[in-house]
Amino acid sequence: MSLLEVRNLSVAFGRRPPTLTGIDFTIDAGARVGLIGQSGSGKSVTALAVMGLLPEYATATGSIRLGGTELIGRPDALFAPMRGNDLSMVFQEPMTALDPTMKVGRQVAEVVRLHRKSSREQARALTLDMLEQVDLPDPEQVYDAFAHQLSGGQRQRVVLAMALINQPDLVICDEPTTALDVTVQQQVLRVLRHNLDAVGAACLFITHDLAVLSQVCDQVLVMLDGAIVEAGELKSVFTDPQHPYTRGLLATARLDQVAPGSRLPTVADFYRRPERTPGTEVAG
Amino acid sequence: MSDPSTPDPSTPDDPAPVYAVRDLTRVYPGSRTVVAVDNVSLTVRRGQRLGIVGESGSGKSTLIRMLAALDRPTAGDIRLHGRSIIGVPERRLGFLRSAVQLVFQDPRSSLDPRMRVGDIITEPLRSRMMRHRSDVPDDHAARLTEVLEAVGLPADSARRFPHEFSGGQRQRIAIARALAPRPEVLIADEPVSALDVSVRAQVLNLLNDLVDRMGLTMIFVSHDLLVVRHVCDSVAVMRGGRIVEAGTTEQVYQRPQEPYTQALLAAIPTIRFER
Amino acid sequence: MKRASLWTGVVLVGIVLVAGLVSLVWTPFDPNRVFPGAALQGPQGAHILGFDQLGRDLFSRVLAGSQICLIVGVISVSIAALIGVPWGIAAGMLKGWPSELLMRVADILYAFPALLLAILFAAARGSSTWSAMTAIGIATIPAFARVARAATLSVMSSDYILAARASGTPYLMSAVRHVLPNIAPVLGVQASVSFGMAILAEAALSYLGLGSPPLVVTWGRMLREAQTYMFNDPALALWPGLAIAGAVLGFNLLGDGLRDLLDPRLREAV
Repeated sequence: MSLLEVRNLSVAFGRRPPTLTGIDFTIDAGARVGLIGQSGSGKSVTALAVMGLLPEYATATGSIRLGGTELIGRPDALFAPMRGNDLSMVFQEPMTALDPTMKVGRQVAEVVRLHRKSSREQARALTLDMLEQVDLPDPEQVYDAFAHQLSGGQRQRVVLAMALINQPDLVICDEPTTALDVTVQQQVLRVLRHNLDAVGAACLFITHDLAVLSQVCDQVLVMLDGAIVEAGELKSVFTDPQHPYTRGLLATARLDQVAPGSRLPTVADFYRRPERTPGTEVAG
Repeated sequence: MSDPSTPDPSTPDDPAPVYAVRDLTRVYPGSRTVVAVDNVSLTVRRGQRLGIVGESGSGKSTLIRMLAALDRPTAGDIRLHGRSIIGVPERRLGFLRSAVQLVFQDPRSSLDPRMRVGDIITEPLRSRMMRHRSDVPDDHAARLTEVLEAVGLPADSARRFPHEFSGGQRQRIAIARALAPRPEVLIADEPVSALDVSVRAQVLNLLNDLVDRMGLTMIFVSHDLLVVRHVCDSVAVMRGGRIVEAGTTEQVYQRPQEPYTQALLAAIPTIRFER
Repeated sequence: MKRASLWTGVVLVGIVLVAGLVSLVWTPFDPNRVFPGAALQGPQGAHILGFDQLGRDLFSRVLAGSQICLIVGVISVSIAALIGVPWGIAAGMLKGWPSELLMRVADILYAFPALLLAILFAAARGSSTWSAMTAIGIATIPAFARVARAATLSVMSSDYILAARASGTPYLMSAVRHVLPNIAPVLGVQASVSFGMAILAEAALSYLGLGSPPLVVTWGRMLREAQTYMFNDPALALWPGLAIAGAVLGFNLLGDGLRDLLDPRLREAV
C-alpha cells in the first residue's frame, strides 16, 4: 500500500467548470514526487486538496487516502490534528507564510506544542535543535527574531523547520524556492534534501522549474489543465517523454542547450491545446 | 552585434555612446543608510544588448530607474547621447522619454486594468511631453496597428481589457506600449520572471526579434543568468551596488574572473538525474 | 511633513492629558468656589482668564473640565472596543448566515445616533455621566465591529493563517494566535478617532443638559451656560469651545497620524 493514494480526485470552485478533473496518483513512503505544470494548471489546488485546506466554496470528490485514512470529507476537528504531524506544507513565499507579529521561534515551537504534550522549555529545545538542522547559524538569535529581520533564505529555512519538526510522513512543497535568489535556492534545496532524508518523509514537490525538480525528485507528474497527462520515473520522463506537452516543456526548459540569440523552442512547437476561450491558450 | 561590450569605464574614447554613466551613486538615507548603487560607471553603445545580472538587493533595479530618470542619483553623471539628464526638470526630459522606454516585470500590475489595450498602448504618444516631438509618431491609430502586429497580437486586441489576456499576452501588450513612441533604447526589468517557462521562450524570441528588426539598443535586467546569456551580447554582474565583473557574454560565462560570478554560474540549476 | 499631523495630535492630546492629571490634585482655585462680586469680570491677577457668570475662576473650570472629557473618552471607547472588537472578529471568522446576522445587527445599531440613545437613556434612568458614557459607547460599537471585521477578513486570507492551519492550528485558535496581534494597529487608529467623537458627543449631551449633573464641571455645560452672555462676554464661550475643538482635533490628528505611520510599516512587513 502506498503512503498517499489519490483516486479520481476532482475539485470545482463554486459553479465554475472543475479545476481538477479526476486525477490519480500515488506516493510511496519516502518517495520524492515532482508535480510540474504551468500556472493555473491545478498544481496548488492539488496540494490544498491533499492538505484539506481548500476554501469553503470548493467541492472535492473522489478519494485521498494517507496511510489508509480517507481525507476527503474528514471533519476538520479530526483533520487538524493530522496537519503538521502526519502531513505538512512548505509555501512559496516565506515572508507571507510567517506571522509578522510573532517571533519565528515561537511559531515553530507552537507546531510542537500543538501535537504533543511538552513544556515551553522542551518545545524551545526541540525548536533550537531543528533550526540547527536546517542550517541556520546561531539558532538562539533566529528564535527571537521577527520574520522581517531575517533574509529570504533564512525565512524559508524557518518554514522548512515548521514543516519538518514533527517528522511527518509527507511534506508538500509548493514552489518553495521560486521566490529566492539562485545561490540561496541552491542552499535551501540542499537543506530540504538532507532533512527529508533525515526524517524519512515522502515529498510532493510542486514547481514549474524542471531543473529544480530534477534535483529533488525521483518521480514526475505532469499536469495540464487540471489533468495529469504523464507520470513516471524522472529519468524516463525527462529522456523519453510520451506526451507532446511534456516534450514542449522539456524543450523550452533547456535554455542552456540553445545557441545564444537563436530562436528558442516553444511549447506550441510541440503541442497545441484544443480550441478554448480566448485568453487562456497555451500560446503566450 | 559583435561589438565588445564596454561597461568598463577605461574605454571612454567611444565616439557616441548612447548612455555614458560616470561614478553613479545612490544612497537612501534613513536610520540605516543604504548605498543602493555605489560608484557605477558604464557605457552603452548603439545596438548593444547589455545584460545586468544580480541577486535581489544588488542595486540593479535602482540603477535602471536612474537611467530612465525615474530616480535621482546622489552623485555622478548620466549622459544620453552626450546630454546630461541629471538635474533636468521633468518637463524638459522629453528627449529621454521618447528615446528610452521600459518594460516591467509583472504585466498584471504594469497595465491599468480599467483601460482598453488600445488606450494603454497609445498612452505614451498622448503624453504632453511627447505629443509635439518630431521623432514620435503622430498618427496614433496607424502606430497602434503597427505595434500590435509587431508583437503578434490580433488587431481587435485594442478594444479589449488586460484581464482578457494571458500573462504572456499581457507582456506583449507592455512591449507594444514601450515600442509605440519608436524608442531607441528598450530597458527591460526582469521581463520574463513573472512568466511560465513555456511562455518565457515566446517572449524572449519576440524580444530578440524586435531588437534585431528595429535596431534597438537594449538594457536587460535579470536575476536569471541563462536568460541574459541568451538575449545579451554583453553583461555586467552587480553585487552590493557595484559592478563586480563586466565583459562580453562569451567572456563572462566562459571565463568568469570573480569568485562571485563563478558562484552565481555554479548555482544555476540544471537538469540532472543523479543526486 | 507627513508626520506633522501626528505630532500636532500628540501635542494637543498631551495638553488635555496633562490638564486632566494636574487638575486632579491642583487647580489655581476650587472650580466651584464663587468669588462674590466677580461675576463676568475679565482677567485680573491670578485669575488669568477671568470669571464666569457666577464669579467662579474660569481657568480652573476649563482645567477641571478636561477630567470628564477624558473619563468619558476612556469609558465609552472601552465599552465600544470590548464589545465591538470580538463582535467584528467573530463576524470575520464565521461564515454564512451567522456572519451576516452579526453585521446586520451592527448596521441597525449604526442607524441610532449617540444623541438619540442618550436621550432614551436619560429618559429611562435619569441623566448622568454614566448614562452618557454608556450611550456613546454603545453607539460606537458598530464602528469597531466594522473595522475589526474588515481587518480580520484580510488577516484570515493571508498565507500565515494558511500556514498555521497547515501546521494543525484549529481554525478558531488561529484568531487568538494571529488575528488579534495583527489587527491591533488598525484598532488603535479607530480608538483614537472614536475618542475624539466621544468627546464631541459628550459635549453635545452636556450642552443639551443630558449629561453630567450641574456640579460636575464639563466643557459642554460651560458652553451652554455661556450662551446667554454670548454678546456681553464672548470669552466665556470661547475658552470651553476652544478646549473642545482642540481635544477633538487632537485625537483625530493622532488617529490620522497613526494610520500614516503604521501603513507603510504594515506594507513593508507583509
